[in-house]
Amino acid sequence: MRLQKATRFGLYAVLELARDPGLQLSAGDISRRYGISTNHLAKVMRELGRAGLVAAERGVGGGYRFAGNAKRTTLWDVVSLFEPAGRGPVEPGEETQAGAALRVVLDEVAEIEEATLRSISIDTMLKMRPRVKAQAA
Amino acid sequence: MRKITALKPVDKVLAVIGAHRIRAAEPQDSSNISALEGRITGQPKPDYWRDMLGSYASGLTGGGSDRYFLLAEDDAGKLLGFVLGEVRAWEFGSEPAGWVFAINVDPEIRQAGIGTVLFDAVCQRFRQAGVRSVRTMVDRRDHLILSFFRSQGLMAGPSIELEMELPMSREARGAI
Repeated sequence: MRLQKATRFGLYAVLELARDPGLQLSAGDISRRYGISTNHLAKVMRELGRAGLVAAERGVGGGYRFAGNAKRTTLWDVVSLFEPAGRGPVEPGEETQAGAALRVVLDEVAEIEEATLRSISIDTMLKMRPRVKAQAA
Repeated sequence: MRKITALKPVDKVLAVIGAHRIRAAEPQDSSNISALEGRITGQPKPDYWRDMLGSYASGLTGGGSDRYFLLAEDDAGKLLGFVLGEVRAWEFGSEPAGWVFAINVDPEIRQAGIGTVLFDAVCQRFRQAGVRSVRTMVDRRDHLILSFFRSQGLMAGPSIELEMELPMSREARGAI
């Protein structure tokens, strides 16, 4: 599964902030840690704020903090903010038998992807972190 | 965090969690187990649970069987949850593994760690039986139970469950 940049940045930000509910970080702090664009991340943070997953604190020492419930927020809650929802429009050729059969298979793949993302909470991801090795760039 | 005290395997009570305890289920627990499961699923199955408790009875205390039916109860003996599992060997060519068939916790006491303690208890039994992996099968639309197993560390395994509806035979259609 390939994620759009905004989705990946949103997941990084939520996972970084949810490590410690008292933690406040700026978009710059997070973007430096992950080597990603601060401007792009700032747009993503606004979307996460509208969804109630992060809250912005103004002033000296301000920044973003995690505002969700880590045990009840799943990867899907973040992914669905940035990825296109639903099956999408009927594609050319899907009215044929071959096209319809292909659609059935692709729907199965999408359903499994969604089930996986819905089943993994932010809390579970945080517990997984020590068990996995970082990928070399 | 509640203090969990493991007891000796020979004890009837397997673990104590605060005022709660884990013990092997017995045939007389059947009605309470059926009532709890029926309340959760909306489909009471008293005959099924009576049969399951009967067939798993020899494994309840670990005596010679690799089947485990464990329950959690409070100090007044009220059922809080249960777990059911067994060791299966060479199923579809797979090395022996622990299977968890069912795990249920009273909805009124969820998020208190009862499910985790039950899961740990059955995994401990699997380890004692010599297996090194545990697996289960969950409806992918049941996000609550999927999330529970994920939180215990389970990941997608190498097997994929496949199924199909069996078209009714001409003879069977004729018999209806």
